[in-house]
Amino acid sequence: MLYFAVRRLVSALLVMFAISVLVFLIFFATPGVDPAARIAGRNADQVTLAQVRHSFGLDRPLPVRYLLMMRHLLVDRDLESFVNRGSRVIPQIVQAVPVTLSLVVGAAVLWMAVGILMGTAAAALRGTAADPVIMLVGVIGVSLPAYWLGEVVNLITQKQLHDTVFSWVPPPGYVGLGRDPAQWALHMLFPWLTLSLLYAGIYARLLRGEVVTAMNEDYVRTARAKGLSERRILIRHALRCSLIPIVSLFGLDFGALVGGAALLTEVVFGLPGVGKLTYDALQNLDLPVIMGTVLYAAFFVVLANALVDVLYARLDPRARHA
Amino acid sequence: MTAPVTSRARRSPGPWRTAAADLLRNRSAVAAAAVLLVVVALSLCAPLYADHIAHTDPFQSHVSGTTVVDGRTVPVLTPSTTGLGLGVTPIGPTWDTGHYFLGADNQGRDVMARLLYGGRTSLLIGFSAALLTCALGTFVGVVAGYLGGAVDAVVSRVLDVIWAFPVYLLAICLSVVLLTNGLRLGPVTVEAGSLWLPVVIIAAIYVPYVARPLRGQVLVLRNKEFIQAAVGSGAPTSRILRREVLPNVLPTAIVFVPLMTALAMLTESALSFLSVGVQPPDASWGTIVQDGLGLLYTRPAVTIAPGLLIALTTAALNVLGDGVRDALDPSARLRGGV
Amino acid sequence: MPDQPLPLQEPSDQPDQPLLDVRDLRVSFRTRTGPATAVDGLSLSVAPGEILGVVGESGSGKSVSMLAVLRLLTSPNVTVTGQVLFRGRDLLALTDKEMRAVRGREIAMVFQDPMTALTPVYTVGWQIAEQIRAHEPVSRKEAHARAVTLLSDVGIPDAASRVKAYPHEFSGGMRQRAVIAMALACRPALLIADEPTTALDVTIQAQILDLMRDLNARGSAVVLITHDMGVVSEIAHRVLVMYGGRVAEQGPRRAVFHSPRHPYTWGLLDSVPRVGGPRLRRLPTIAGTPVSPDSLPDGCAFAPRCRLRHEGCEERPELAASPDDAAHHDACRLPAGDRAALRLGARAPADETATAGEPDPSGEADQSGETDPSGETDPVDEADREMAP
Repeated sequence: MLYFAVRRLVSALLVMFAISVLVFLIFFATPGVDPAARIAGRNADQVTLAQVRHSFGLDRPLPVRYLLMMRHLLVDRDLESFVNRGSRVIPQIVQAVPVTLSLVVGAAVLWMAVGILMGTAAAALRGTAADPVIMLVGVIGVSLPAYWLGEVVNLITQKQLHDTVFSWVPPPGYVGLGRDPAQWALHMLFPWLTLSLLYAGIYARLLRGEVVTAMNEDYVRTARAKGLSERRILIRHALRCSLIPIVSLFGLDFGALVGGAALLTEVVFGLPGVGKLTYDALQNLDLPVIMGTVLYAAFFVVLANALVDVLYARLDPRARHA
Repeated sequence: MTAPVTSRARRSPGPWRTAAADLLRNRSAVAAAAVLLVVVALSLCAPLYADHIAHTDPFQSHVSGTTVVDGRTVPVLTPSTTGLGLGVTPIGPTWDTGHYFLGADNQGRDVMARLLYGGRTSLLIGFSAALLTCALGTFVGVVAGYLGGAVDAVVSRVLDVIWAFPVYLLAICLSVVLLTNGLRLGPVTVEAGSLWLPVVIIAAIYVPYVARPLRGQVLVLRNKEFIQAAVGSGAPTSRILRREVLPNVLPTAIVFVPLMTALAMLTESALSFLSVGVQPPDASWGTIVQDGLGLLYTRPAVTIAPGLLIALTTAALNVLGDGVRDALDPSARLRGGV
Repeated sequence: MPDQPLPLQEPSDQPDQPLLDVRDLRVSFRTRTGPATAVDGLSLSVAPGEILGVVGESGSGKSVSMLAVLRLLTSPNVTVTGQVLFRGRDLLALTDKEMRAVRGREIAMVFQDPMTALTPVYTVGWQIAEQIRAHEPVSRKEAHARAVTLLSDVGIPDAASRVKAYPHEFSGGMRQRAVIAMALACRPALLIADEPTTALDVTIQAQILDLMRDLNARGSAVVLITHDMGVVSEIAHRVLVMYGGRVAEQGPRRAVFHSPRHPYTWGLLDSVPRVGGPRLRRLPTIAGTPVSPDSLPDGCAFAPRCRLRHEGCEERPELAASPDDAAHHDACRLPAGDRAALRLGARAPADETATAGEPDPSGEADQSGETDPSGETDPVDEADREMAP
């Protein structure tokens, strides 16, 4: 058991290392790009450029540059934005994490509940008119651009119907959970709904496919021959087995979203999360911030992967001894 | 004499023909294909509309232009009366196909004409990126899966890393770096601001979505008797890959094309919305949504119309993709969900 | 036998009343190329405590018919008609809820592939207990205890600890034992076993057959579906041979093996390798391919592959009793008397042309079979050799 834990940890570290190298290469070794100009931001003067070149060791070989960057990021933690002089990258990220977590955790609860319900219902109602209708809702959810949906939601709740139906909707923004839980939930409600609609569609479609396949498996026939009710067969046998691939996908998606993939939703709803931080840095081409957030994302992705492994073993006894 | 009672042997049609027949019988897939055809046809007619119906250049700003509504000449842009009075309010939808059917954006450009041109860009990028991804992914998956060993180990690790990484962040990183300088990679040169830049970026980030499932298939195929037989008969590896392996994974690769196109279009629009995708003066549906961002509360049509088109097109692609999947390879999964 | 009067009694099984009485069962599928008939007017009966062996090639409708009996064909493209009388009740007319009470409690079924028959995410004991608790109001603990007993009854060593194992931790033979233990959990009056030994090693096969015999000795009737004549010859009391969704021949085991009457049965028996007797250069096979359910001929389904077919075969043969044994039926248009001689006449050229793929329409077999029914070899000797599994 200890052996597996160590091996998992080592492989997680390896992935982290690989991602950091990948990011490093994108920013520092893309052919035809001057990294100093990228890092210093738009219209940087010669002094800044020289400073950047020295600070990141751009005149030195690639591996040294990599080590220097990692030192700035992890050891000294003094990576600074060159666009907004003096604002350190790491504290900005630390400040943004709770916002992103609020958004993603709430949405994840919603989308898993709705996705599992829709997918199972569609599979159970296969052959009736309800199945294609549920799946159409799923397709629409998958096909809507998240940022656009957020804007339309804003348009409706803040402008068109704000005076009548949605007068209770607060303006876009974020209120800390610790400060006022009710306001926190109220502010997060529509971001949650928007983000979860997309993923509920994906998960419903995926789960329906899995359950339909499972219902044709031999073990379902055995369960029928045992005289179990269809409902029990569907939930305790078919759905239970179908959840295994869903959970592993969920881990990946959750990690990616916490890591910043929710940036479109954050931008549209004005939530100062990690994604918004990345977006703002992007607008200013503030590379140190972008590098910081991307590596932070990698951390969460790796963490999520490890969690998936654990969950997988809990759900699938076959994986426990692998 | 005996009467020969032979059961009539049915000539079974080939797998492709059967799949095509299945697809044609799938009503929702046919409807989706029809919707796509209409969208493509309309987009192709963009110059026709701009030059001969709306008589406008959708890439030129008309800040001080005028147009005729209900017989009265009105300016395309009026200074904003709210707030500080600094902004402008473009003309709203006239619902007159002759001019400013959907109104203008904040540079006075005809939104309808831009939508049609934007459709060309979005469809072109989505489809090209999907084809490129599927081709690259098939190549990588087949070669890694078949060769195994160190090649496979390295390729799989790289794929795992990209797979696990949030694709939008990866695309943004690549875009930020490449946007101003372009890409020079051996013989491939893509100019900064070129439409092919988002194509290459999107294709690159989604390669694992295609390569990983195909690699899995090839791993299974490699142990099948007919491959072993080909190996045993001394056929060269390139021939085995071409003649035995590729035809068997091709259905899955084809299933991925429409689904991948939908994904690529969504990604393109998101990147363009974040202004790291299609660069001005080109327009795509994503850039038009971004144009509409500042006008959301005054002229929502600028935002709503391109978004609806994206949604409609990607939904049609997804439904069509599901149909192709059911017909060709029901077990194909593009990264699980989509 | 299939035309017995309708038994009116409930559970008290009388030996002379059939436990299961299937009448004119038809199963058809809608397919992309049109309707396909998998079971075409099947009638059979199973007496209490009897082992009926149902034999046929794959696609002969043997599995489908048994799935239809338990109403396990859930596809909306399937139509099932006819009557399935179990203890006098027509199973096809029961409500879903009543049917569930029959499944697993009165009739249990075991399937071919034990590797996939159990839900992979639950322990074997949990799945057996689930079966018990679905039909009997017992506590979780009691059900668990019974699962342990059942597992040890089917010969799983150290059942008390193996009950907590997951299916993937069992070998194929162990899993099939577990599946059988589950099937026996509620002491069903009838066990339908669909190729229970096909997926297993030969040594395990014998153990599973022993297990079937044991449980039959405890009073359960068994329908054993198989394509293996050897298995049937070892265990069945009666044999039913199916071809093209119809009964080709049925009767007591001894009668079917010693004096088979249908050319298809002859083919099945001839293609079993024998330990004793002369060594054949090549095992005889039945020429041609099994009839496809979507193109069942109007006449005899086996006629296209039959060496002895004649014009009469274009009309569908009815099941008729043998002149020697009223319990032995076959559906063939050959003359009722002296089939043994016909068989020998048909076989001689068959050994040579067995691999030809297509039956020779003008072969001498037809001529000799119809006109010269005299054979030199003693048919009983032949049959005895075939009996060797």
